[in-house]
Amino acid sequence: MNTTQDKPARPAGPPAGPRKIPAPRVLPESQAFWSAADEGRLVIKKCNACGEVHHYPRDVCPHCLSLDTTWLQAAGTGSVYSFSTMGKGEAAYTLAFVTLDEGVTLMTNLVDCDPRTLAIGQRVKVVFKPSDGGHPVPMFTPA
Amino acid sequence: MSLNGKAYIVGAYEHPTRKADELSVVRLHADVAKGALEDAGLTKDDIDAYFCAGDAPGLGTTTMAEYLGLKLRHVDSTECGGSAPILHVAHAAAAIAAGRCNVALITLAGRPRAAGAALSLKAPDADAPELAFELPFGPATQNLYGMVAKRHMHEFGTTSEQLAWIKVAASHHAQHNPNAMLRNVVTVEEVVNSPMVSDPLHRLDCCVMSDGGGAIIVARPEIARDIAARQTRPMVKVRGTGEAPKHSMGGRIDLTYSAAACSGPAAFAEAGLSPADIQYASLYDSFTITVLMQLEDLGFCKKGEGGRFVQDGGLISGVGRLPFNTDGGGLCNNHPANRGGVTKIIEAVRQLRGEAHPAVQVKNCGLALANGIGGALASRHTAGTLIMERV
Repeated sequence: MNTTQDKPARPAGPPAGPRKIPAPRVLPESQAFWSAADEGRLVIKKCNACGEVHHYPRDVCPHCLSLDTTWLQAAGTGSVYSFSTMGKGEAAYTLAFVTLDEGVTLMTNLVDCDPRTLAIGQRVKVVFKPSDGGHPVPMFTPA
Repeated sequence: MSLNGKAYIVGAYEHPTRKADELSVVRLHADVAKGALEDAGLTKDDIDAYFCAGDAPGLGTTTMAEYLGLKLRHVDSTECGGSAPILHVAHAAAAIAAGRCNVALITLAGRPRAAGAALSLKAPDADAPELAFELPFGPATQNLYGMVAKRHMHEFGTTSEQLAWIKVAASHHAQHNPNAMLRNVVTVEEVVNSPMVSDPLHRLDCCVMSDGGGAIIVARPEIARDIAARQTRPMVKVRGTGEAPKHSMGGRIDLTYSAAACSGPAAFAEAGLSPADIQYASLYDSFTITVLMQLEDLGFCKKGEGGRFVQDGGLISGVGRLPFNTDGGGLCNNHPANRGGVTKIIEAVRQLRGEAHPAVQVKNCGLALANGIGGALASRHTAGTLIMERV
Protein backbone atom coordinates (compact mmCIF):
# COMPACT_ATOMS: atom_id res chain seq x y z
CA MET A 1 0.00 0.00 0.00
CA ASN A 2 1.36 3.37 -0.94
CA THR A 3 1.15 5.38 2.27
CA THR A 4 1.27 8.68 0.43
CA GLN A 5 -2.16 7.87 -1.00
CA ASP A 6 -3.60 7.76 2.51
CA LYS A 7 -2.79 11.38 3.14
CA PRO A 8 -5.54 13.91 2.59
CA ALA A 9 -5.42 15.85 -0.62
CA ARG A 10 -3.06 18.78 -0.45
CA PRO A 11 -4.63 22.20 -0.39
CA ALA A 12 -4.43 23.99 -3.69
CA GLY A 13 -1.10 25.76 -4.12
CA PRO A 14 -0.65 29.28 -5.33
CA PRO A 15 -1.88 29.91 -8.88
CA ALA A 16 0.65 28.79 -11.47
CA GLY A 17 0.16 31.66 -13.88
CA PRO A 18 -0.80 35.31 -13.86
CA ARG A 19 -3.88 36.31 -11.88
CA LYS A 20 -7.12 35.93 -13.84
CA ILE A 21 -8.98 39.21 -14.17
CA PRO A 22 -12.62 38.68 -13.09
CA ALA A 23 -15.13 40.01 -15.60
CA PRO A 24 -16.89 43.15 -14.36
CA ARG A 25 -20.62 42.70 -13.74
CA VAL A 26 -22.33 45.40 -15.77
CA LEU A 27 -25.25 47.28 -14.27
CA PRO A 28 -27.47 49.31 -16.61
CA GLU A 29 -26.16 52.68 -15.44
CA SER A 30 -22.54 51.68 -16.14
CA GLN A 31 -23.13 50.01 -19.53
CA ALA A 32 -21.73 53.01 -21.44
CA PHE A 33 -18.46 52.78 -19.48
CA TRP A 34 -17.94 49.18 -20.56
CA SER A 35 -19.05 49.83 -24.15
CA ALA A 36 -16.38 52.55 -24.31
CA ALA A 37 -13.87 50.12 -22.80
CA ASP A 38 -14.65 47.73 -25.68
CA GLU A 39 -13.40 50.52 -27.96
CA GLY A 40 -10.32 51.19 -25.81
CA ARG A 41 -11.75 54.48 -24.49
CA LEU A 42 -11.81 55.58 -20.82
CA VAL A 43 -14.86 57.63 -19.84
CA ILE A 44 -15.94 59.17 -16.55
CA LYS A 45 -19.14 60.80 -15.37
CA LYS A 46 -19.65 64.56 -15.14
CA CYS A 47 -22.58 66.36 -13.52
CA ASN A 48 -24.19 69.14 -15.56
CA ALA A 49 -25.76 70.63 -12.44
CA CYS A 50 -22.71 71.07 -10.20
CA GLY A 51 -19.96 70.60 -12.78
CA GLU A 52 -18.11 67.96 -10.75
CA VAL A 53 -16.74 64.69 -12.13
CA HIS A 54 -17.15 61.39 -10.30
CA HIS A 55 -16.11 57.74 -10.39
CA TYR A 56 -17.38 54.97 -10.22
CA PRO A 57 -19.99 56.13 -12.70
CA ARG A 58 -23.62 56.37 -11.65
CA ASP A 59 -26.85 58.00 -12.79
CA VAL A 60 -27.04 60.16 -9.68
CA CYS A 61 -24.29 62.68 -8.98
CA PRO A 62 -22.76 61.75 -5.58
CA HIS A 63 -21.83 65.39 -5.02
CA CYS A 64 -25.28 67.01 -5.47
CA LEU A 65 -27.75 64.16 -6.22
CA SER A 66 -28.68 65.63 -9.60
CA LEU A 67 -29.83 63.14 -12.24
CA ASP A 68 -28.40 65.39 -14.96
CA THR A 69 -25.11 63.53 -15.44
CA THR A 70 -23.26 62.92 -18.68
CA TRP A 71 -20.30 60.91 -19.97
CA LEU A 72 -16.95 62.61 -20.47
CA GLN A 73 -14.04 61.25 -22.49
CA ALA A 74 -10.98 61.09 -20.21
CA ALA A 75 -7.50 61.77 -21.54
CA GLY A 76 -6.37 58.43 -20.10
CA THR A 77 -3.43 59.94 -18.27
CA GLY A 78 -2.82 60.57 -14.60
CA SER A 79 -0.50 59.94 -11.69
CA VAL A 80 -0.06 57.17 -9.14
CA TYR A 81 -1.74 58.01 -5.80
CA SER A 82 -0.72 54.78 -4.03
CA PHE A 83 -0.02 51.14 -4.83
CA SER A 84 0.81 47.80 -3.23
CA THR A 85 2.21 44.63 -4.77
CA MET A 86 0.98 41.26 -3.48
CA GLY A 87 1.76 37.68 -4.49
CA LYS A 88 4.77 35.88 -5.83
CA GLY A 89 6.21 35.15 -9.25
CA GLU A 90 3.78 35.28 -12.15
CA ALA A 91 0.83 35.57 -9.76
CA ALA A 92 2.12 38.87 -8.33
CA TYR A 93 0.06 41.93 -9.17
CA THR A 94 -0.02 45.57 -8.15
CA LEU A 95 -3.23 47.15 -6.85
CA ALA A 96 -3.23 50.92 -7.18
CA PHE A 97 -5.15 54.15 -6.99
CA VAL A 98 -4.50 56.42 -9.97
CA THR A 99 -5.63 60.05 -10.02
CA LEU A 100 -6.75 60.98 -13.52
CA ASP A 101 -5.92 64.40 -14.90
CA GLU A 102 -9.67 65.11 -14.80
CA GLY A 103 -9.51 64.88 -10.99
CA VAL A 104 -11.03 61.56 -9.97
CA THR A 105 -9.06 58.76 -8.35
CA LEU A 106 -9.86 55.20 -9.38
CA MET A 107 -8.86 51.71 -8.28
CA THR A 108 -6.81 49.88 -10.91
CA ASN A 109 -3.71 47.78 -11.49
CA LEU A 110 -0.27 48.96 -12.57
CA VAL A 111 0.91 46.63 -15.32
CA ASP A 112 3.64 46.00 -17.90
CA CYS A 113 6.36 47.27 -15.60
CA ASP A 114 8.64 46.15 -12.76
CA PRO A 115 6.73 47.06 -9.55
CA ARG A 116 10.05 47.77 -7.82
CA THR A 117 10.56 50.76 -10.13
CA LEU A 118 7.17 52.35 -9.38
CA ALA A 119 6.74 55.49 -7.29
CA ILE A 120 3.87 57.57 -5.93
CA GLY A 121 3.35 60.60 -8.16
CA GLN A 122 4.65 58.81 -11.25
CA ARG A 123 2.90 59.63 -14.54
CA VAL A 124 0.88 56.76 -16.02
CA LYS A 125 -1.39 56.12 -19.00
CA VAL A 126 -4.33 53.78 -19.48
CA VAL A 127 -4.12 50.41 -21.20
CA PHE A 128 -7.09 48.07 -21.47
CA LYS A 129 -6.58 44.44 -20.48
CA PRO A 130 -8.96 41.56 -21.30
CA SER A 131 -11.00 40.16 -18.42
CA ASP A 132 -12.02 36.55 -18.04
CA GLY A 133 -14.96 36.36 -20.46
CA GLY A 134 -16.13 39.95 -20.11
CA HIS A 135 -15.39 43.53 -21.04
CA PRO A 136 -11.76 44.74 -21.01
CA VAL A 137 -10.79 46.72 -17.90
CA PRO A 138 -8.69 49.90 -17.59
CA MET A 139 -5.24 49.43 -16.12
CA PHE A 140 -2.25 51.78 -16.12
CA THR A 141 1.36 51.63 -17.18
CA PRO A 142 4.21 54.16 -16.84
CA ALA A 143 3.69 56.98 -19.37
CA MET B 1 -29.67 63.49 23.24
CA SER B 2 -26.39 62.73 24.93
CA LEU B 3 -25.80 59.09 25.83
CA ASN B 4 -23.30 60.04 28.54
CA GLY B 5 -24.31 58.03 31.61
CA LYS B 6 -27.47 56.60 30.05
CA ALA B 7 -26.17 53.02 30.14
CA TYR B 8 -23.48 50.80 31.66
CA ILE B 9 -21.58 47.74 30.51
CA VAL B 10 -22.47 45.10 33.08
CA GLY B 11 -21.24 41.92 31.40
CA ALA B 12 -18.34 40.95 29.16
CA TYR B 13 -16.98 37.60 28.06
CA GLU B 14 -14.34 36.47 25.58
CA HIS B 15 -14.39 32.93 24.20
CA PRO B 16 -11.14 31.14 25.07
CA THR B 17 -11.02 29.10 21.87
CA ARG B 18 -8.91 30.12 18.92
CA LYS B 19 -9.86 27.15 16.74
CA ALA B 20 -13.41 25.85 17.01
CA ASP B 21 -13.31 22.59 15.09
CA GLU B 22 -16.32 21.08 16.83
CA LEU B 23 -18.44 24.16 17.45
CA SER B 24 -20.96 25.71 15.08
CA VAL B 25 -21.11 29.47 14.59
CA VAL B 26 -24.45 29.65 16.39
CA ARG B 27 -23.01 27.63 19.29
CA LEU B 28 -20.10 30.08 19.56
CA HIS B 29 -22.57 32.97 19.75
CA ALA B 30 -24.49 31.05 22.45
CA ASP B 31 -21.30 30.29 24.40
CA VAL B 32 -20.30 33.94 24.59
CA ALA B 33 -23.87 34.99 25.44
CA LYS B 34 -23.88 32.54 28.36
CA GLY B 35 -20.45 33.72 29.46
CA ALA B 36 -21.50 37.37 29.50
CA LEU B 37 -24.73 36.55 31.38
CA GLU B 38 -22.72 34.70 34.01
CA ASP B 39 -20.27 37.61 34.26
CA ALA B 40 -23.21 39.97 34.86
CA GLY B 41 -25.02 37.59 37.21
CA LEU B 42 -28.12 37.78 35.03
CA THR B 43 -30.36 35.16 33.41
CA LYS B 44 -31.53 35.05 29.83
CA ASP B 45 -34.95 36.25 30.94
CA ASP B 46 -33.36 39.56 31.99
CA ILE B 47 -32.40 40.21 28.34
CA ASP B 48 -34.96 42.23 26.41
CA ALA B 49 -32.78 43.51 23.54
CA TYR B 50 -30.34 41.72 21.27
CA PHE B 51 -27.71 43.03 18.85
CA CYS B 52 -25.58 41.16 16.32
CA ALA B 53 -24.07 41.76 12.87
CA GLY B 54 -23.27 39.82 9.73
CA ASP B 55 -21.13 37.23 11.51
CA ALA B 56 -24.29 35.75 13.11
CA PRO B 57 -25.85 32.91 11.13
CA GLY B 58 -29.22 32.82 9.41
CA LEU B 59 -31.42 35.82 10.03
CA GLY B 60 -29.12 37.15 12.75
CA THR B 61 -31.22 38.50 15.61
CA THR B 62 -34.16 36.28 14.61
CA THR B 63 -32.12 33.09 14.36
CA MET B 64 -30.26 33.80 17.59
CA ALA B 65 -33.43 34.76 19.50
CA GLU B 66 -34.89 31.37 18.62
CA TYR B 67 -31.71 29.39 19.40
CA LEU B 68 -31.31 31.04 22.81
CA GLY B 69 -35.04 31.20 23.59
CA LEU B 70 -34.87 34.96 24.08
CA LYS B 71 -38.00 37.06 24.55
CA LEU B 72 -37.14 40.45 23.09
CA ARG B 73 -38.71 43.83 22.53
CA HIS B 74 -35.80 45.46 20.71
CA VAL B 75 -33.39 44.11 18.05
CA ASP B 76 -30.68 45.73 15.94
CA SER B 77 -28.53 44.18 13.21
CA THR B 78 -26.44 47.23 12.32
CA GLU B 79 -23.77 45.77 10.04
CA CYS B 80 -20.49 47.54 9.59
CA GLY B 81 -17.98 44.71 9.76
CA GLY B 82 -15.63 44.48 12.70
CA SER B 83 -16.64 47.78 14.26
CA ALA B 84 -20.28 46.66 14.65
CA PRO B 85 -20.20 45.74 18.39
CA ILE B 86 -18.85 49.19 19.24
CA LEU B 87 -21.77 50.78 17.42
CA HIS B 88 -24.08 48.24 19.04
CA VAL B 89 -23.10 49.49 22.52
CA ALA B 90 -24.02 53.02 21.48
CA HIS B 91 -27.26 51.88 19.88
CA ALA B 92 -28.11 49.84 22.97
CA ALA B 93 -27.50 52.90 25.17
CA ALA B 94 -29.77 54.94 22.90
CA ALA B 95 -32.49 52.29 23.03
CA ILE B 96 -32.23 52.14 26.83
CA ALA B 97 -32.39 55.95 27.05
CA ALA B 98 -35.48 55.90 24.85
CA GLY B 99 -37.18 53.40 27.14
CA ARG B 100 -37.26 50.66 24.53
CA CYS B 101 -35.33 48.09 26.59
CA ASN B 102 -33.54 47.52 29.90
CA VAL B 103 -30.79 44.97 29.26
CA ALA B 104 -29.16 44.45 25.85
CA LEU B 105 -27.04 41.49 24.77
CA ILE B 106 -24.43 41.95 22.01
CA THR B 107 -22.63 38.96 20.49
CA LEU B 108 -19.93 38.44 17.87
CA ALA B 109 -18.52 35.02 16.96
CA GLY B 110 -17.26 32.94 14.08
CA ARG B 111 -14.99 30.14 12.95
CA PRO B 112 -13.15 31.26 9.80
CA ARG B 113 -10.01 29.40 10.88
CA ALA B 114 -11.69 26.04 11.38
CA ALA B 115 -13.64 26.56 8.17
CA GLY B 116 -10.40 27.26 6.31
CA ALA B 117 -11.89 30.41 4.88
CA ALA B 118 -9.57 32.73 3.05
CA LEU B 119 -8.91 36.11 4.58
CA SER B 120 -11.37 37.71 2.25
CA LEU B 121 -14.44 39.83 2.53
CA LYS B 122 -17.91 38.32 2.24
CA ALA B 123 -19.08 36.97 -1.13
CA PRO B 124 -19.82 40.03 -3.27
CA ASP B 125 -23.36 41.27 -3.65
CA ALA B 126 -23.94 41.35 -7.40
CA ASP B 127 -26.06 44.49 -7.09
CA ALA B 128 -23.33 46.50 -5.32
CA PRO B 129 -22.42 49.06 -8.02
CA GLU B 130 -18.84 49.65 -6.87
CA LEU B 131 -17.74 46.05 -7.29
CA ALA B 132 -17.45 46.15 -11.10
CA PHE B 133 -14.92 48.93 -10.64
CA GLU B 134 -12.90 47.13 -7.96
CA LEU B 135 -13.08 43.32 -8.18
CA PRO B 136 -11.30 43.07 -11.57
CA PHE B 137 -8.23 44.59 -9.91
CA GLY B 138 -7.92 42.07 -7.06
CA PRO B 139 -8.49 44.15 -3.92
CA ALA B 140 -7.77 42.10 -0.79
CA THR B 141 -7.57 43.22 2.80
CA GLN B 142 -3.77 43.09 2.70
CA ASN B 143 -3.19 45.22 -0.40
CA LEU B 144 -5.89 47.75 0.49
CA TYR B 145 -4.14 48.42 3.80
CA GLY B 146 -0.78 48.23 2.03
CA MET B 147 -1.83 51.20 -0.10
CA VAL B 148 -2.74 53.19 3.01
CA ALA B 149 0.63 52.40 4.60
CA LYS B 150 2.51 53.35 1.45
CA ARG B 151 0.70 56.66 1.13
CA HIS B 152 1.32 57.41 4.84
CA MET B 153 5.02 56.76 4.36
CA HIS B 154 5.03 59.01 1.29
CA GLU B 155 3.20 61.90 2.96
CA PHE B 156 4.73 61.81 6.42
CA GLY B 157 7.97 59.85 6.23
CA THR B 158 6.61 57.02 8.37
CA THR B 159 8.92 53.99 8.33
CA SER B 160 8.46 50.23 8.45
CA GLU B 161 10.44 50.24 11.69
CA GLN B 162 7.96 52.64 13.28
CA LEU B 163 5.01 50.46 12.20
CA ALA B 164 6.85 47.45 13.62
CA TRP B 165 6.87 49.05 17.09
CA ILE B 166 3.08 48.55 17.16
CA LYS B 167 3.53 44.78 16.78
CA VAL B 168 6.36 44.83 19.30
CA ALA B 169 4.09 46.48 21.88
CA ALA B 170 1.25 44.01 21.20
CA SER B 171 3.67 41.10 21.61
CA HIS B 172 4.93 42.48 24.93
CA HIS B 173 1.33 42.36 26.16
CA ALA B 174 0.46 38.99 24.60
CA GLN B 175 3.25 37.18 26.46
CA HIS B 176 1.07 37.44 29.58
CA ASN B 177 -2.11 36.13 27.90
CA PRO B 178 -2.27 32.31 28.01
CA ASN B 179 -4.96 32.31 25.30
CA ALA B 180 -3.04 34.49 22.83
CA MET B 181 -2.16 32.84 19.52
CA LEU B 182 1.24 34.54 19.35
CA ARG B 183 2.99 34.80 22.72
CA ASN B 184 6.58 35.40 21.63
CA VAL B 185 7.94 38.86 22.23
CA VAL B 186 9.19 40.08 18.84
CA THR B 187 11.69 42.76 17.90
CA VAL B 188 11.48 45.51 15.30
CA GLU B 189 14.02 43.59 13.25
CA GLU B 190 11.91 40.43 13.32
CA VAL B 191 8.88 42.36 12.07
CA VAL B 192 10.63 44.12 9.19
CA ASN B 193 12.50 40.94 8.24
CA SER B 194 9.34 38.80 8.16
CA PRO B 195 8.09 37.93 4.64
CA MET B 196 6.47 40.73 2.66
CA VAL B 197 2.72 40.15 2.34
CA SER B 198 1.67 43.22 0.38
CA ASP B 199 4.24 45.96 0.35
CA PRO B 200 5.07 47.72 2.58
CA LEU B 201 3.24 45.40 5.05
CA HIS B 202 5.11 42.34 6.30
CA ARG B 203 3.60 39.17 7.75
CA LEU B 204 4.11 40.44 11.29
CA ASP B 205 2.30 43.70 10.42
CA CYS B 206 -0.86 41.60 10.00
CA CYS B 207 -3.33 40.33 12.61
CA VAL B 208 -3.88 36.68 13.39
CA MET B 209 -6.82 34.72 12.02
CA SER B 210 -8.83 32.99 14.72
CA ASP B 211 -12.12 31.48 15.70
CA GLY B 212 -13.98 32.49 18.83
CA GLY B 213 -15.94 35.56 19.78
CA GLY B 214 -17.17 37.70 22.60
CA ALA B 215 -20.28 39.21 24.15
CA ILE B 216 -21.21 42.40 25.97
CA ILE B 217 -24.23 43.19 28.12
CA VAL B 218 -25.43 46.79 28.40
CA ALA B 219 -27.97 47.82 31.05
CA ARG B 220 -29.77 50.87 32.33
CA PRO B 221 -28.12 52.63 35.32
CA GLU B 222 -30.44 51.31 38.07
CA ILE B 223 -29.83 47.71 36.99
CA ALA B 224 -26.08 48.35 36.71
CA ARG B 225 -26.03 49.67 40.29
CA ASP B 226 -27.79 46.54 41.58
CA ILE B 227 -25.32 44.31 39.75
CA ALA B 228 -22.29 46.28 40.95
CA ALA B 229 -23.51 46.03 44.54
CA ARG B 230 -23.89 42.25 44.23
CA GLN B 231 -20.58 41.75 42.45
CA THR B 232 -18.66 44.30 44.57
CA ARG B 233 -16.81 45.64 41.58
CA PRO B 234 -16.66 48.99 39.79
CA MET B 235 -19.28 49.92 37.23
CA VAL B 236 -18.36 50.72 33.63
CA LYS B 237 -20.26 53.73 32.36
CA VAL B 238 -20.87 54.53 28.69
CA ARG B 239 -19.53 58.06 28.62
CA GLY B 240 -19.16 58.95 24.93
CA THR B 241 -19.95 57.41 21.54
CA GLY B 242 -19.39 58.26 17.91
CA GLU B 243 -19.78 56.61 14.54
CA ALA B 244 -19.11 57.51 10.92
CA PRO B 245 -18.58 55.86 7.56
CA LYS B 246 -15.91 56.86 5.04
CA HIS B 247 -15.96 55.83 1.38
CA SER B 248 -14.49 56.83 -1.95
CA MET B 249 -16.60 60.03 -2.19
CA GLY B 250 -17.17 59.70 -5.89
CA GLY B 251 -13.45 59.33 -6.55
CA ARG B 252 -12.14 61.99 -4.13
CA ILE B 253 -9.94 59.45 -2.42
CA ASP B 254 -7.72 60.61 0.43
CA LEU B 255 -5.97 57.79 2.26
CA THR B 256 -4.38 60.03 4.89
CA TYR B 257 -7.24 59.74 7.36
CA SER B 258 -9.87 57.25 8.55
CA ALA B 259 -13.48 57.66 9.65
CA ALA B 260 -12.18 57.79 13.22
CA ALA B 261 -11.38 61.44 12.44
CA CYS B 262 -15.17 61.92 12.58
CA SER B 263 -16.30 59.31 15.13
CA GLY B 264 -13.57 60.23 17.62
CA PRO B 265 -14.38 63.94 18.07
CA ALA B 266 -18.09 63.06 18.40
CA ALA B 267 -17.32 60.60 21.20
CA PHE B 268 -14.99 63.01 23.00
CA ALA B 269 -17.59 65.78 22.75
CA GLU B 270 -20.31 63.56 24.20
CA ALA B 271 -17.96 62.45 26.97
CA GLY B 272 -16.77 66.00 27.69
CA LEU B 273 -13.21 64.73 27.50
CA SER B 274 -10.09 65.11 25.39
CA PRO B 275 -7.61 62.44 24.20
CA ALA B 276 -5.19 63.45 26.97
CA ASP B 277 -7.73 62.17 29.54
CA ILE B 278 -7.68 58.60 28.17
CA GLN B 279 -5.55 56.18 30.20
CA TYR B 280 -5.99 53.06 28.07
CA ALA B 281 -6.91 52.61 24.38
CA SER B 282 -8.26 49.53 22.62
CA LEU B 283 -7.54 50.21 18.96
CA TYR B 284 -8.66 47.99 16.11
CA ASP B 285 -5.47 46.34 14.90
CA SER B 286 -6.17 44.47 11.70
CA PHE B 287 -2.74 45.74 10.65
CA THR B 288 -0.10 47.91 12.30
CA ILE B 289 -1.05 50.79 9.97
CA THR B 290 -4.67 50.60 11.23
CA VAL B 291 -3.46 51.44 14.74
CA LEU B 292 -1.26 54.29 13.54
CA MET B 293 -4.15 55.88 11.63
CA GLN B 294 -6.47 55.69 14.64
CA LEU B 295 -3.90 57.21 17.00
CA GLU B 296 -3.66 60.23 14.73
CA ASP B 297 -7.35 60.46 13.80
CA LEU B 298 -8.54 60.14 17.40
CA GLY B 299 -6.20 62.97 18.39
CA PHE B 300 -3.68 61.10 20.53
CA CYS B 301 -1.04 62.77 18.36
CA LYS B 302 -0.98 65.13 15.41
CA LYS B 303 -1.58 63.84 11.89
CA GLY B 304 1.64 62.42 10.52
CA GLU B 305 3.27 62.03 13.94
CA GLY B 306 1.96 58.52 14.65
CA GLY B 307 5.28 56.94 13.77
CA ARG B 308 7.12 58.94 16.40
CA PHE B 309 4.29 58.33 18.88
CA VAL B 310 4.57 54.54 18.70
CA GLN B 311 8.33 54.09 18.38
CA ASP B 312 10.60 53.11 21.28
CA GLY B 313 7.76 51.36 23.11
CA GLY B 314 5.25 54.22 23.04
CA LEU B 315 2.31 51.78 23.31
CA ILE B 316 3.73 49.33 25.88
CA SER B 317 1.79 49.29 29.16
CA GLY B 318 3.84 50.60 32.06
CA VAL B 319 6.49 52.00 29.75
CA GLY B 320 4.89 54.00 26.98
CA ARG B 321 2.77 57.12 26.74
CA LEU B 322 -0.46 55.28 25.85
CA PRO B 323 -0.97 51.60 26.76
CA PHE B 324 -2.97 49.87 24.04
CA ASN B 325 -4.42 46.39 23.43
CA THR B 326 -3.10 44.89 26.64
CA ASP B 327 -4.53 41.44 25.77
CA GLY B 328 -2.26 41.28 22.71
CA GLY B 329 -5.05 42.51 20.42
CA GLY B 330 -5.70 41.21 16.95
CA LEU B 331 -2.01 41.39 16.13
CA CYS B 332 -1.14 38.67 18.67
CA ASN B 333 -4.17 37.43 20.61
CA ASN B 334 -7.25 36.82 18.46
CA HIS B 335 -9.42 38.22 15.70
CA PRO B 336 -12.61 36.14 15.86
CA ALA B 337 -14.65 35.96 12.66
CA ASN B 338 -12.11 38.34 11.10
CA ARG B 339 -13.79 41.01 13.24
CA GLY B 340 -11.99 42.53 16.20
CA GLY B 341 -14.56 44.95 17.57
CA VAL B 342 -15.92 43.02 20.52
CA THR B 343 -12.53 42.05 21.91
CA LYS B 344 -11.60 45.73 21.95
CA ILE B 345 -14.51 46.48 24.30
CA ILE B 346 -13.79 43.43 26.49
CA GLU B 347 -10.17 44.35 27.25
CA ALA B 348 -11.20 47.96 27.97
CA VAL B 349 -13.78 46.65 30.47
CA ARG B 350 -11.11 44.46 32.09
CA GLN B 351 -8.83 47.49 32.42
CA LEU B 352 -11.56 49.64 33.99
CA ARG B 353 -12.51 46.86 36.43
CA GLY B 354 -8.85 46.26 37.28
CA GLU B 355 -9.16 42.71 35.92
CA ALA B 356 -6.44 42.84 33.26
CA HIS B 357 -3.30 40.75 33.79
CA PRO B 358 -1.24 42.40 36.57
CA ALA B 359 1.72 42.76 34.23
CA VAL B 360 -0.28 44.96 31.86
CA GLN B 361 -2.94 46.47 34.15
CA VAL B 362 -2.95 50.26 33.96
CA LYS B 363 -2.81 51.72 37.47
CA ASN B 364 -6.08 53.38 38.54
CA CYS B 365 -7.51 53.09 35.05
CA GLY B 366 -10.53 55.37 35.12
CA LEU B 367 -11.09 56.25 31.47
CA ALA B 368 -10.69 53.93 28.50
CA LEU B 369 -11.44 54.18 24.80
CA ALA B 370 -12.31 51.49 22.27
CA ASN B 371 -12.25 52.23 18.57
CA GLY B 372 -13.23 50.00 15.66
CA ILE B 373 -12.60 50.17 11.93
CA GLY B 374 -15.04 47.90 10.06
CA GLY B 375 -14.54 47.32 6.35
CA ALA B 376 -11.29 48.40 4.70
CA LEU B 377 -9.35 51.59 5.23
CA ALA B 378 -8.53 52.20 1.58
CA SER B 379 -11.97 51.66 0.08
CA ARG B 380 -14.86 51.97 2.53
CA HIS B 381 -15.29 51.44 6.23
CA THR B 382 -17.23 52.57 9.28
CA ALA B 383 -15.53 53.70 12.47
CA GLY B 384 -17.06 53.44 15.91
CA THR B 385 -15.63 55.09 19.02
CA LEU B 386 -16.67 54.27 22.58
CA ILE B 387 -15.39 56.03 25.69
CA MET B 388 -15.98 54.26 29.00
CA GLU B 389 -15.51 55.36 32.58
CA ARG B 390 -14.99 53.41 35.80
CA VAL B 391 -17.50 54.55 38.40
